[in-house]
Parts: sequence; structure tokens; C-alpha cells
Amino acid sequence: MRVFRIAVLSVAGALLAACGTSGGTASTSPPATRLSGSIAVFAAASLTDVFNALGSAFQAVNPGVTVKFNYAGTPTLVTQIEQGAPADVLASADTTNMDRLKADGFTTGTPQVFAHNKLEIVVAPGNPKAINSLADLAKPGVIYVTEAPTVPAGKYSLQALKAAGVTVTPKSLETDVKSAVSKVELGEADASIVYTTDVKAAGSKVQGVPIADAYNVVATYPMVAVKASTSVTVGSAFIAYVLSPVGQAKLQAFGFLPAS
Amino acid sequence: MRRERVPIVVTALAAIGAAFFILPLIGLLVRSPWGDALAALTAPETVEALKLSLIASLSATAVALILGVPLAWVYARVEFPGRDLLRALTTLPMVLPPVVGGIALLLAFGRRGLLGAWLYSIFGITFPFTTTGVVMAETFVAMPFLILSVEAGLRSMDRRYEEAARALGANRWRVFTRVTLPLIAPSLFAGAVLCWARALGEFGATITFAGNFPGVTQTMPLAVYLLLETNQEASFILSLVLLLVSLVVLVALRDRWLGSA
Repeated sequence: MRVFRIAVLSVAGALLAACGTSGGTASTSPPATRLSGSIAVFAAASLTDVFNALGSAFQAVNPGVTVKFNYAGTPTLVTQIEQGAPADVLASADTTNMDRLKADGFTTGTPQVFAHNKLEIVVAPGNPKAINSLADLAKPGVIYVTEAPTVPAGKYSLQALKAAGVTVTPKSLETDVKSAVSKVELGEADASIVYTTDVKAAGSKVQGVPIADAYNVVATYPMVAVKASTSVTVGSAFIAYVLSPVGQAKLQAFGFLPAS
Repeated sequence: MRRERVPIVVTALAAIGAAFFILPLIGLLVRSPWGDALAALTAPETVEALKLSLIASLSATAVALILGVPLAWVYARVEFPGRDLLRALTTLPMVLPPVVGGIALLLAFGRRGLLGAWLYSIFGITFPFTTTGVVMAETFVAMPFLILSVEAGLRSMDRRYEEAARALGANRWRVFTRVTLPLIAPSLFAGAVLCWARALGEFGATITFAGNFPGVTQTMPLAVYLLLETNQEASFILSLVLLLVSLVVLVALRDRWLGSA
């Protein structure tokens, strides 16, 4: 009986192992001239709109290539990669999380800065609560939500508030910048601090209130190839594309500041 | 009884099926830092999340009992057109993605929601970002388990006891509390425990509708999710606590699930 059980378990184990090896994406050796294969780009939530556009453009130039995106708060992405998620490229919204992934040995090559971004206060259209500065966020009756301090946008927001000497208790710590924007869009929150690009992307559903340069924080976006990637060539090509004049122009069209 | 020969394919597939469930549990057990378990469990943010989770899930169960038992009674005892549709609507959250439930709650009870806008403009009441919002999200997702369990209990009980009590002059409330409730007690208990366990584990509707703030809306599952990014060991330990609770619930309800009912 026991022998039988062990036999069953080993059969199960073998099958599981087989599933593991055959499930991975193919194309370890793509042809040198024409790119082909599929890559998974793990990108910070604030990059959602521009990376969707960059992905389509990259696929149009390289017909054999499929780019899939996984958007989330940067620390979520780093955790996913460290737990073995099949990522080929990581685009982070700060250097801290990128450094963490690099220090833990999950990256290949040097992370390259491809964009910068600035912060803005996001409010409802028409600014009904008359929020005109960081200090106004602390006014009574203002429902302020922010991102968790591990999320780059949340960390930058704290830095900006600290620089301005403003103390404000948030009602919620959202897991990424897009969900903070959506809380304002839905009217549940009166204000949040997000990237200028997020305000632009949300269009007429929200309104931006500039933050004075003295307090504003410039976010740095680096991207890197992931060590476990099975399509390093395509991944590197995508990074090069984002850094190219075409890619940079697209980023600026979405409101990002240039890499250099 | 003759032992049945089990085809090897069935055995192999069943073994894989079982391993699929058991391996993740073993993973948690193996990877949890047992040495730091106590420190992780007594850390202020953990205690806060635990406390909030207990309060919110028990409140949700209480609300579910108050509203769910009458609903179950109506389903079991009253014939009316559209009953099956209504039952389907009120048990929909069992199969609905919880995040969708959270969005739906926002559209109904949020500051700009159907009822929420009205409550906000007249009474200044808002639910998102409050513990009340957490209780609402948990009730929404968990109450169907109680409704279905209690309805099944009401349908399978022998109604002659109620009729006898009525014939002996007991009024309807007395019959309900002295005869019906004791008879359906096992279903009621099972439903309440299932409902509580589901409420305790609620994540999607809570983070969508109520947000995430320590001590106010950050329940255990939310804390586990966020700790995975900052303090993985603590998140493993908290996961283990939730796992243990679920296991206790299952064992406690063993007879009801594996029994003939």
C-alpha cells in the first residue's frame, strides 16, 4: 500500500515537473535579423497608458513580436518577480525598488533611466473643495487619500508634504497610483497626490492643481531586463525602443519629462 | 465489502488534484519563519489588523443573522412570483468577483452612489474609508452563505412540530423562537460560521469599497497583501493564522459537510 502511494506521488511529481518545463515561453534563440517571440513587461501603474501605446507601436514595427503588460504598484511588481513571475522587463517608478531587485540579483545589465515625472494634486473637476496648495489638503472636511509609503507615488507624496511642512492624515493608503486617481474620479475622495501624467490621462474626469517647484519631487523611472527572462533579445530591443527618439517623443506626448 | 479496483489514471489525476491543494499549504508551513512568529504576531500593526478583522467579521455575521434569517425564512416559507430570481440576486456575491461587488457597493452607497449621494447630502453619512464600510463589504460577500444554509435547514425540518405548537396556542413568535430556531440550530450555526469565515477572509470588496488604512479599514487579508511587499516573513505568518482559522472552521463543520445532509 505504501509503495503504491509513493508510486502515485512520484507520477504526480513527474507530471507537475513536465508541466513546469513545457509551460514557459519559447524563443530562447530568436533570429538575429528579425525579432520574434513574446515578452512580458512589468510596469509601474503610472505607465499604463503610455506603455500600452508604446507596446502597440513596438509590435507594429516588429510584426513577429507580442508585448504583454502587467501593471501594478512598483513594489508589487518587484515582489512578483522575486517570487518567480515570468517577467522579461521591469519598468519601475523609482530607483529604490529597482535597486532592491538589482541587489537581490534578479536583473541583467544596468537599469536605464527612460523618463521623469512630477507630482500634482488631483481633485474633482471644478475643484469644489477649493484646494490650491499642499496646505489645503489638511483643511477640515477634505478627504485625502494617498498611496502606501512603499509605492513610489506614496513615498514622493510624503516627501512633498514634508518639504511643505504639511501634516495630513490620509483616509486610505491605495496600492497603486491609479487606484488613488480612481477614488477621486469616483468622488469618494476629494484629493490625492499623483503624477502629472495621471491627471493628464484621466482627462476631464479630474482636475490637476500644480505643486510649487520648491516642494515638488521629480520621479525617476528606470527600466531593466530581468535575469530569468527567456527572451532577452526582444526585451532589450523594447528597452532600446523606449529610449529611442520615437519612444521618448511618445513618453513626452503623455506628459512625461525626458530621460536626460 | 469488496474493494473496488481504482483505475491508475483516476488515481494519478486525483493525486495531482490533491497535491494542487496541499502543496501551497506545505509551502506556507515550510517557508514561515517560526522563530519570528511571536514577534510578527504581536507587532502593533498585526494586532491592529487582527483586532479590526475580528470586530468587522463578527459585526458582519451579526448583520447577516439579523437580515439573512428573515430572508431565508421568506425563501423557504413564502410562495411569490420572482422568488427564484430574488434568491439568485441575493446569493450572487457567492460567485461574483469580490472586486465587482466592491464597485457595485460604491455605485450604490458611495458618496455619489444611488443611495449614498442622498445619505451624504442629507445626513452627511459616508461609508467608504470607514469601518462601517468594511462591515458592509464583508456582509455583502458573506451573507449569502448564511441565507442558503438557513433556508436549507428550514426546508428540511419537520413542520409538524410548528403546527403542534400553534395548535397548543403558542403565538407565531413563540413558535419561531421555541420550536423553529432550535430545530434549525445546526444549519444556523453552520451558516453563521461559514459566513464569519468568509467575512474574515474578505479582500477584494473591502479594498475597493472601504479602502486601506491601518486601524480603520486595513483588515488581516489587506495587511497580508501589503506586508508581502515590506515584510514577507510577517505576511507568511499572518497567512498561516488565516489558514489555521479556516481549518478549524472546516473541522468544526465536518459533520455537516460530510454527513448525509
